[in-house]
Amino acid sequence: MLSPVILIPAILNGLLTGAVYALVALGLTLIYGVLHIINFAHGAMLSAAMFAAFFAFRLLGLDPYVAIFLIAPAFFVIGYGLQRFVIGPASHGDDRNMLLVTLGLAVVIENVLLVAFRADTRTIDLPYAFQTIDLGFAFLAIPRVIGFAAVLVVALALGAVMTLTDTGKAIRAVAKEKVGAQLAGIDVAHIYAVTFGLGTACVAIAACLLMPTYYVNPTAGEAFVLVAFTIVVLGGMGSVAGALIGGLVIGVVESLSGLFLGESLGQIGIFLIFIAVLLVRPTGLFGAKA
Amino acid sequence: MAKALLSIESVSRRFGGLLAVNHVSLAAPTGRITALIGPNGAGKTTLFALISGFLAPTEGSIHYGGEPITTLPAHERARRGIARTFQIVQPFSGLSVRDNIVVGAHLHHPTRAAALDLADAIGRELGLGAMLDRPADTLTVAGRKRLELARALATKPKLLLLDEVLAGLNPTEIREMVPLVRGLCGRGITIIMIEHVMQAVMSLSEHVFVLAEGCIIAEGTPAAVAADPGVIEAYLGHGAAKKWGAPHVQ
Amino acid sequence: MKPLACMLTFIIALAAVPLVVQSNTALNFLITALLIALVGQGWNILGGYGGQYSFGHAAFFGTGAYVTAILQVRYSVNAWPGFLAGVTAGASMGAIIGALTFRAGIRGSYFALVTLAFAEVLRILASVAPITGAGVGTLIKLDLRASALQFQSRAVFYWVILALVAVSLLIAYALERTRFGAWLIAVRENEDAATALGVNAFKVKLGAMTISAAVTAAAGCFYAQYFLFIDSGIAYGTRMSVEALLTPIIGGSGTVFGPLLGALVVKSLSEVAIWVAGDAPGLNLIVYGCVLILVIAFAPRGLVGLLGGLKTHLARSRLLKDAANG
Repeated sequence: MLSPVILIPAILNGLLTGAVYALVALGLTLIYGVLHIINFAHGAMLSAAMFAAFFAFRLLGLDPYVAIFLIAPAFFVIGYGLQRFVIGPASHGDDRNMLLVTLGLAVVIENVLLVAFRADTRTIDLPYAFQTIDLGFAFLAIPRVIGFAAVLVVALALGAVMTLTDTGKAIRAVAKEKVGAQLAGIDVAHIYAVTFGLGTACVAIAACLLMPTYYVNPTAGEAFVLVAFTIVVLGGMGSVAGALIGGLVIGVVESLSGLFLGESLGQIGIFLIFIAVLLVRPTGLFGAKA
Repeated sequence: MAKALLSIESVSRRFGGLLAVNHVSLAAPTGRITALIGPNGAGKTTLFALISGFLAPTEGSIHYGGEPITTLPAHERARRGIARTFQIVQPFSGLSVRDNIVVGAHLHHPTRAAALDLADAIGRELGLGAMLDRPADTLTVAGRKRLELARALATKPKLLLLDEVLAGLNPTEIREMVPLVRGLCGRGITIIMIEHVMQAVMSLSEHVFVLAEGCIIAEGTPAAVAADPGVIEAYLGHGAAKKWGAPHVQ
Repeated sequence: MKPLACMLTFIIALAAVPLVVQSNTALNFLITALLIALVGQGWNILGGYGGQYSFGHAAFFGTGAYVTAILQVRYSVNAWPGFLAGVTAGASMGAIIGALTFRAGIRGSYFALVTLAFAEVLRILASVAPITGAGVGTLIKLDLRASALQFQSRAVFYWVILALVAVSLLIAYALERTRFGAWLIAVRENEDAATALGVNAFKVKLGAMTISAAVTAAAGCFYAQYFLFIDSGIAYGTRMSVEALLTPIIGGSGTVFGPLLGALVVKSLSEVAIWVAGDAPGLNLIVYGCVLILVIAFAPRGLVGLLGGLKTHLARSRLLKDAANG
């Protein structure tokens, strides 16, 4: 069981899947870092995006990696709209209300998907989904490698946006000091919406990266998002580095525990880590105050 | 000199790289008003947080009524008679003025009837009688300051920590608040007050400690402290004492 | 004691309903509405009065239900002590989760997350553990005798749940008039200010959580006795956690009657949704979610808040009218 022949591929594959987890977590931590709310609708958005990728393939014949360029912008707009016109106004600026509103959204989105598409699990069949790259000591599934590369690109792009563009600077300003940013003339409601849009777009990209190797049903997103929550809490709420590193770590942990423990207990394992981190070190490895 | 109700020995508090309170020692004589002054960011409110138990000191010890309380949790200290007001007033905004005071009154009065009676009495004493039924968030700043005070008083404190209780008040309101504070001292409550309004410091306190950058840089009677060149420098900047020559008392 | 007399009259009036209404469908509707009201009142004690928003209250509902059921089915314990055991188990679960989370100083969104996680862990455990019947669930044997806490007539079930709801109303009423309640509300409004006034916030929150869990667990025990079947989805699923918070929020959180009003609204909406669009799974949750958002947006203090606002508005216009007429 412990021979390197089995461990190394498990670790490598864990890193690859972990990258996609990291992307989901990145969206969550971005939203938390700026809006200071935990977006309970994150999982439902992931499910919705996965359905979008599914139907893009089925109805439009679009390869999921190509569909990213369609779905990510679309979901950015949806995320922007949700924050600007639903969450923001409905919450009247109260954190507790925002919690409830995002919960309400999660429930609505997930059940709309359930009513529209029923609980059946669906997959897409890509011709190259099961092809692998042979490294000699390990086989790496092509979709996972593409996923890993894509996440790196997105992370770099996001970093560039944050440091080089005016909007990115405005986002960082609002995250640090909302009132000051307002006084400097920044439209906080707009920035909040942009951030939410970016977080949702991250989720949409992750959805497209997942579709080749995963399945979709209305609750699929929830499972991923619990992992994402764990990552964000582990890496620190609001910390981008934490989300990325935490994602890789959790990916490897999941891969290894799947090897040793099996499926359903693996799920509980993630939850227990999650609860344990929250109880012992809520600020995570890199994060700011809760 | 009366024995010190509160004494702090070489207390420090560090936040990461910042030493907010640096080996501060002071004593508050029982039944008197002691003032704590100093420029913004000097560490005064941090010191209050340490005394009231909201922060733990990195070093040093705190004694209250002769007993060490350095590790006692905040609510226990309140139970033993240490009350504080907050620099930024924090009323229970969803509740009425009376219900706000009742929360404090309940500390030593388990039944609602007794707590209500005490709340009404204290409310009226502090001039809030007409507003007892109104929601706390409809009060003016001056009203909220009085409410903070009323709530703290309802806990029957022996030591009262007033954190800038006069901040944000206009001269008339200050003129009304000062005798109120003096009256509390007359009831035997020991008071430590952080204050920027110098006229109040001068007229109310008998002993002043000056805190700058986490250290005590001077202590003494209000007059002596006001004349101290080090204090002037701390407030007005390096070289100010020399520039303005002889000590300048208003 | 006007409010108390009002409450008693109200309860007596409700108790008289089965004498007039004979239809099983109607009684079933009322029973499930009162069941949700009880769950909601449980949540209300911790969330409404205490300000700690739990997103996983199903943890207590399910524990009550499962303990009652398992004791009867596998250990031949009589239903009545089984009921008590279920409530105690639920309360203990609340105390444990509360002690862990409050000791760690967890508040706000993190508290919501942790409670969600606990409920999920329980759900997964229940779906695989042999003692709960795993995926198949647990079925209590039909035994329509009072000694087994099962009744031939729905009316008796109605009176039982009504009695439980009445107790929960009294608990809320007591909260508003005792020191513990005053402290709990203070902690909700501003925990630091409350601590400065001598309130032991940890103890107060823990107490509230335990009582809250006990009330919700009682609802779970009743569910088991009435429906005679539970599985991990029913016991610990999100639907119950959502209904737990929805009913007080709609009706008015932090009020005595809020959850009861909210439950009637939620149940009615659910029935309307089924009538209009059929019984698709997930449909009523869509309605719940939309209503939650709408209530937060337009009536954050719930129905009780709206009614209160109406009363103030009427009083004010009467005052103005009197003033105008001299």
